[in-house]
Amino acid sequence: MNRINECLQQFKSQGRKALVGYIVSGDPFLDATLPAMHKLVAEGVDIIELGIPFSDPMADGPVIQLAHERALANNVSLTDTLAVVTEFRKTNSYTPVILMGYANPVERMGYKAFASLAKNSGIDGILTVDLPPEEALGLNVELKSVGIENIFLLAPSTTIERANMIVNMAGGFLYYVSLNGVTGAGNLDIDSVAAKVTELRGLTDLPICVGFGIKDAESAAAVGNLADGVVIGSVLVKQAQLLAELGTDAVVEGMGGVVKPIRAALDALV
Amino acid sequence: MSNDNQSSINTNLPDAAGHFGIFGGRFVSETLIPALDELNELYQRLKDDPDFQAEFDKDLAHYVGRPSPLYFAERWTRELGGAQIYLKREDLNHTGAHKVNNTIGQALLAKYTGKKRVIAETGAGQHGVATATVCARLGLECVVYMGAEDVQRQKLNVYRMKLLGAKVVSVTSGSKTLKDAMNEALRDWATNVDNTFYIIGTAAGPHPYPQLVRDFQCVIGREARHQCLNQTGKLPDALVACVGGGSNAIGLFHPFLEDKDVAMYGVEAGGLGVETGKHAAPLNDGIPGVLHGNRTYLMEDENGQIIDTHSVSAGLDYPGVGPEHSWLKDVGRAKYVAINDDEALAAFRKTTLVEGIMPALETSHALAYVEKLAPTMRPDQIIICNLSGRGDKDILTVAELDGITV
Repeated sequence: MNRINECLQQFKSQGRKALVGYIVSGDPFLDATLPAMHKLVAEGVDIIELGIPFSDPMADGPVIQLAHERALANNVSLTDTLAVVTEFRKTNSYTPVILMGYANPVERMGYKAFASLAKNSGIDGILTVDLPPEEALGLNVELKSVGIENIFLLAPSTTIERANMIVNMAGGFLYYVSLNGVTGAGNLDIDSVAAKVTELRGLTDLPICVGFGIKDAESAAAVGNLADGVVIGSVLVKQAQLLAELGTDAVVEGMGGVVKPIRAALDALV
Repeated sequence: MSNDNQSSINTNLPDAAGHFGIFGGRFVSETLIPALDELNELYQRLKDDPDFQAEFDKDLAHYVGRPSPLYFAERWTRELGGAQIYLKREDLNHTGAHKVNNTIGQALLAKYTGKKRVIAETGAGQHGVATATVCARLGLECVVYMGAEDVQRQKLNVYRMKLLGAKVVSVTSGSKTLKDAMNEALRDWATNVDNTFYIIGTAAGPHPYPQLVRDFQCVIGREARHQCLNQTGKLPDALVACVGGGSNAIGLFHPFLEDKDVAMYGVEAGGLGVETGKHAAPLNDGIPGVLHGNRTYLMEDENGQIIDTHSVSAGLDYPGVGPEHSWLKDVGRAKYVAINDDEALAAFRKTTLVEGIMPALETSHALAYVEKLAPTMRPDQIIICNLSGRGDKDILTVAELDGITV
């Protein structure tokens, strides 16, 4: 069974909430990514979402845009990203790792080559922001053949008809984008998230994780009350921006420090 | 000039999902898909609606000043000593370029949606000006995203947009040019999708934009075809137009697609030379990939990262191209060539001196190719070149290259 499903099923049966942590591969340094992944896990991140650097991160706000720029300044590619996960798997065989990114680096590598290399690296899922279900059929075939889940986004604007179509194609979990906007935005509206999550529960048994705009223990707890998992990204990536000057150890510690109170808030919900 | 290797091509593209062969489509985040569905439903309903078409035609006649003339460039033809050169004078449109044909059409669509806020991206500023213009006329709030580098090199257009009441946002991320302006416009749209209409300036982006921008620009080719038959008694032998995103080119080409003996040349920005890598010519030196909502030819590195482009003309300085051009290239119906900065600048001066027409630097790329093509053709043959925009906006750039402070 895929690590994502295993992890989320276990959490569900325990009544606990999963914490999904996003960082960009190679940000602020290539050698910071592996220790950061281990640190996130040690402090209570359950699923790692690893950003593939891209020159044009259209769905991201300023904090994550800069992370992509830093990673690209280090010449970090999709191939490097897969290599980091291979290293990670040498000492961690249980934490699910999802790649998150944009279609073009995957297109350039080729769907078939990507699926096979990702499988060998120990990747469990991929979320391609600009590859909606209608355009994802080709990639899906390759992912299915190696048992990697294709994670899809749902948004406040997604109609019930579309949601129905998406849940039928989706694997792993549903990633509900909590707001209209880009990553790191400040306009989270808990009531509208509650209404939409309830609607989605009526369509599927897939776990639902909610991301975009969750920046502290308070917002994580509010969302954790509604969803199976909570995604944090910009608030982690911001540490790379603030602490890069001080070196890898400082960045890794900073990220760990962000996770701690959020983990505690989610555990307090149980 | 006939294209014997292809018998007939499907001129009814895109398909329902927005594909031109493997190109086009809808590659955006989920947040924007319902808005694109809504726009598509509206457009497919209105495009054949006689009232909508009549309103569009009326605005083109009385506000834009159409039809634009098809002008025989007699002196230039004589100098080049080959085919007869006709210029389709889109520079004479209100606001000085073909861009306004599209913004008039999309503003009409915006009116039907009831959305009161309009956003746009712009490179040279021509689309930004054309958008600010229709927004002023309709009393719509207008925000234009423009790369910081383009804000510098197109100061006049920035000021024009401000006079027209638009807010111009200078984009400082990435390469600070058109592609980054488009990224920022897409981010704005995702944030304000409920009250905002995005007027894309070229025949690219997610479906239905490549289709609807083309359809609005096809007035160029329909008029040119009719005028050519009227003025010369026959169809042209070749069409020439510059290609950045490619909206002026597709507007000229599309109504001629079924005329098999009409050759088509799209002229990309060769920058310092295609062989130097410093250019903006994805159809000459790129590969298919996914960016800004569509699959199309792109300039990218071996890791799929979009690379910086170079062109003396801000309006062509873009690493992608409209998906229909990618398709026309692959099926062999149109040929895509490149013209370097220096050749374009020479054509800018030449056309100004010989015909008294000062073209935009974008357009100058097409004119430079005409200079190469015409002498290879017979005097009884006809070239139509789309004079897509006027060059007033580029005077400061040209002066600077001459070392002159105006």
